[in-house]
Amino acid sequence: MAGFVRHRRSKRIIATFSGFEADLLRALAAQLVELLRNETATPGANVDPLEAMLDFTGPTTEPDDPVLARLFPSAYRGDEEAAGEFRRFTEGTLRDGKARAAGTIIDSLEEAGLPAEPDDADALTIDVELEPDTAEVWMRALTDLRLALATRLGVEEGDEDRWYALPDDDPRAQAHHIYEWLGYLQETLVRALSR
Amino acid sequence: MRVCHHGIVTTASPVEVDPGVEEDLIPGAITLADTPWVTVVWNDPVNLMSYVSYVFQKYFGYPRKKAEKLMLEVHEDGRSVVSNGSREEMERDVQAMHEYGLWATLQKAE
Repeated sequence: MAGFVRHRRSKRIIATFSGFEADLLRALAAQLVELLRNETATPGANVDPLEAMLDFTGPTTEPDDPVLARLFPSAYRGDEEAAGEFRRFTEGTLRDGKARAAGTIIDSLEEAGLPAEPDDADALTIDVELEPDTAEVWMRALTDLRLALATRLGVEEGDEDRWYALPDDDPRAQAHHIYEWLGYLQETLVRALSR
Repeated sequence: MRVCHHGIVTTASPVEVDPGVEEDLIPGAITLADTPWVTVVWNDPVNLMSYVSYVFQKYFGYPRKKAEKLMLEVHEDGRSVVSNGSREEMERDVQAMHEYGLWATLQKAE
């Protein structure tokens, strides 16, 4: 696949995916949506039960899941109280925004013809055409997907050799390959939007 | 004072109410007193340099050269101060950076 390009006349950002690629992208986006919706953004446990019941704002402590902790980092270093207050008022909104963005990837792929359960994904070709605004949403969602995968894998700065040294059938090598593919998609998307 | 603030992700909140015309008349003096907070973006092993630079241009409205300079600071020094202003403004910037998946914090200006 050639990644994203900007169509000269329509200004749309376009890409062609194989059925396999589109299905994979949808599955990753769906997992992210599930994660974002799953570990509920509720206030911490160390509060008065009545107070907790009447508190409709967000959580004040860092999420347990490392992926969520990376997606919603502490806004204040060394000031737990301020970080908690910030989180209380922002995490819910941020979660919704990120879940919606990942949902946009799913919608775009399905609107482009990806069936719910592709029988023969290899024979499919999915042409995605995005308006610039939607392309930017994709860009943010791809970032979140890459952050999620990298956190699960434990990606570090300049550690490429470590991944390339793994045998091909190692699941971590395969996951890292997908991570790099998402990076390639992201790079072409940024380039297409920067023109 | 940051006037050119093209937040496309997080919209401006009412905290940016202009205190009056003085700010325009003596920008330097007022700005120093009014802007004791900064937004810091930290390096991470995931985000692409091109993307970080794009976000700085798009969200802060910075010219490409400035955005790239800040991006390189993040990459090479591990962190960069990308904006300054009131605490409320910086919280908004940090929230926007988190929406873009960048690792950002705010702190009092040193």
